[in-house]
Amino acid sequence: MAIPQSESKYILETKNLSIYYGNFRAVRDVNLSVERNKVTAIIGPSGCGKSTLLRSFNRMNELVPDTRIEGAIVFEGQDLYEKNTDPVEVRYRIGMVFQKPNPFPKSIYENVAWAARIHGYKGNMDELVEFSLRQAALWDEVKDKLKQSGLSLSGGQQQRLCIARTIAVRPEVILMDEPASALDPIATLKIEELMVELKKNYTIVIVTHNMQQAARASDYTAMMMLSREGERSGTVIEYDETNTLFTLPKNKQTEDYVTGRFG
Amino acid sequence: MTRNGEFKFSENLPTRHRTGGIWRGIFLAATLTGIVFLSILLLKIVNDSFGYIVVEYGIHPDALAVDGVPIGELPKEDLLLVLQENVTPGRFRTLERELPMEQRSLEDILAIINREVVEPKVAQTWTLSDSLLHKQEIEVYAAENYPEGELYFKAWISWDFITSPQSSDPLYAGIRTAILGSLWLMGVAILFALPMGLGAAIYLEEFASKNWLNGLIRTNINNLAGVPSIIYGILGLAVFVRALEPLTSGAVFGYGDPSTLNGRTILSGGLTLGLLILPIIIINSQEALRAVPSSLREASYGVGATKWQTVWSHVLPSAIPGIMTGSILAFSRAFGETAPLVVIGASTYIVYDPTSVFSKFTALPIQIYQWTSRPQDEFRNLAAAAIIVLLLLLLTMNAVAIFVRNRYSRRY
Repeated sequence: MAIPQSESKYILETKNLSIYYGNFRAVRDVNLSVERNKVTAIIGPSGCGKSTLLRSFNRMNELVPDTRIEGAIVFEGQDLYEKNTDPVEVRYRIGMVFQKPNPFPKSIYENVAWAARIHGYKGNMDELVEFSLRQAALWDEVKDKLKQSGLSLSGGQQQRLCIARTIAVRPEVILMDEPASALDPIATLKIEELMVELKKNYTIVIVTHNMQQAARASDYTAMMMLSREGERSGTVIEYDETNTLFTLPKNKQTEDYVTGRFG
Repeated sequence: MTRNGEFKFSENLPTRHRTGGIWRGIFLAATLTGIVFLSILLLKIVNDSFGYIVVEYGIHPDALAVDGVPIGELPKEDLLLVLQENVTPGRFRTLERELPMEQRSLEDILAIINREVVEPKVAQTWTLSDSLLHKQEIEVYAAENYPEGELYFKAWISWDFITSPQSSDPLYAGIRTAILGSLWLMGVAILFALPMGLGAAIYLEEFASKNWLNGLIRTNINNLAGVPSIIYGILGLAVFVRALEPLTSGAVFGYGDPSTLNGRTILSGGLTLGLLILPIIIINSQEALRAVPSSLREASYGVGATKWQTVWSHVLPSAIPGIMTGSILAFSRAFGETAPLVVIGASTYIVYDPTSVFSKFTALPIQIYQWTSRPQDEFRNLAAAAIIVLLLLLLTMNAVAIFVRNRYSRRY
């Protein structure tokens, strides 16, 4: 069933979302509204469920057996986990860039073209490849070696290739799971500049460990934390405009974390 | 407290190094033992494959020379005369009936003279080591005991050995039928086991849900890989040779004379060997599929690929080197299998090349087994030569496996 477009301010909303691995509740009661054409960052300490939450946005969490959710994730007014929603369509419209660069073991050209081809892209493939690589700020570095393996590139280039691959199918939302954690500062900066550029056309949700990165590149920030007592599940403890969250946090835990006094 | 009080570093250090050294010695000894036994095996085989032999003749070929011209250089007419003089008229007529003498080639008539008139017989053989170390003694011994015989150095493994069909005469016996039989068997086994095994592995690894039934199937496939090969022979005998006889004998396809057909054909043998290695191929392929990093699957799903597209375009190409290596090793195991073929009743003596999957067959290991069980020394020499050929073929297959793995892994 096709997911309709809507004109709501929020493209993606979670409603009392809890995510379970078997009987273990990893994420609990998240209510998050992601605004269209903005960069939304999810920050928080290790193991608090940031990646789990992000992966539930395009049903990648289903690749792990025994995963289930409670509550709902609404994308353009449609429940992503409803029975007749096809996960293939969800992932076609909500793309993902992973923590570790994972280009296909194919040529650079084929890395970008493959997904477009399986989705039945009818236009000029060369143009699409060039367009996507330009958007990912990689074109000038690879235009003379499109036939080479994607794995021959440096780590930072590989990650931008993965972004180009995601862009090539024109998703509405791009999820990024710590996209710069394996990269050096220069490559990281390039990815951040890229996000600012990409939000003109796409909505971006990014998980990051790096608070400076969240502060620099995002419009909204969600702070996640493990509950101190009872079951050890993560939840969003504060969600606000990035500026506000970093300068005037309402929650004591958030304040400790963003000022580096977390412990 | 001082550091020296807490640690006994200098006291312990020599002991630690010594322990490491002892283990190193044990591992080296294990390796050397393996190498020693392998070398003994190889030396034994080579030792039996070459050496002096004494041949005695019914009529010495020199005695057949006409006016000083040896029979090897005689024209066809003279050869026919030699043949006519030395065999009974009845035998000559029989030969004529089989194929008229005018139509026979010079080589054919020479071969007949050799077989029917010269009648070389191996009187005694020596091993390679004896031949090298005790040359004089052998020459003296042969001159005393076989004054009429001829002593010469023979390489049992030769091009003639590889290209000649099976024969009851060790001087002319070859392994062409056995090699061809083995190749046909492998062809059937590969065509059967590779698609089935790969298909099952893909299903079990990629599509089957992780429930108790599939767990049970997995465990049982692992157990099947450990079942002795003779059990597969019994299974093959019951199913392919007996129950499916009309099919495996080719009768339903109108192949040959129904009264002489039976199920002991290449098809039955190949399917039995295929069954034998099916679990190994499944397990190896599953391992190879499992070794494909999950990041690659995620990349594919992440751009909206379906499960099948992910498997076909990314997982399978990455797993192919592993699958090929495992499968080729499985096939080289099937290549050397003897027991199941003995059980399903492969022919031990057959002189005709196999022409289809419904042909009767023999195989290299069967041939070796049959030769080693003969009492005469010269058949042991033949067996040793055949073992060398078998080992060379196995080495070739393993080399192909290594080549394929290196060649295709480099791409990624």
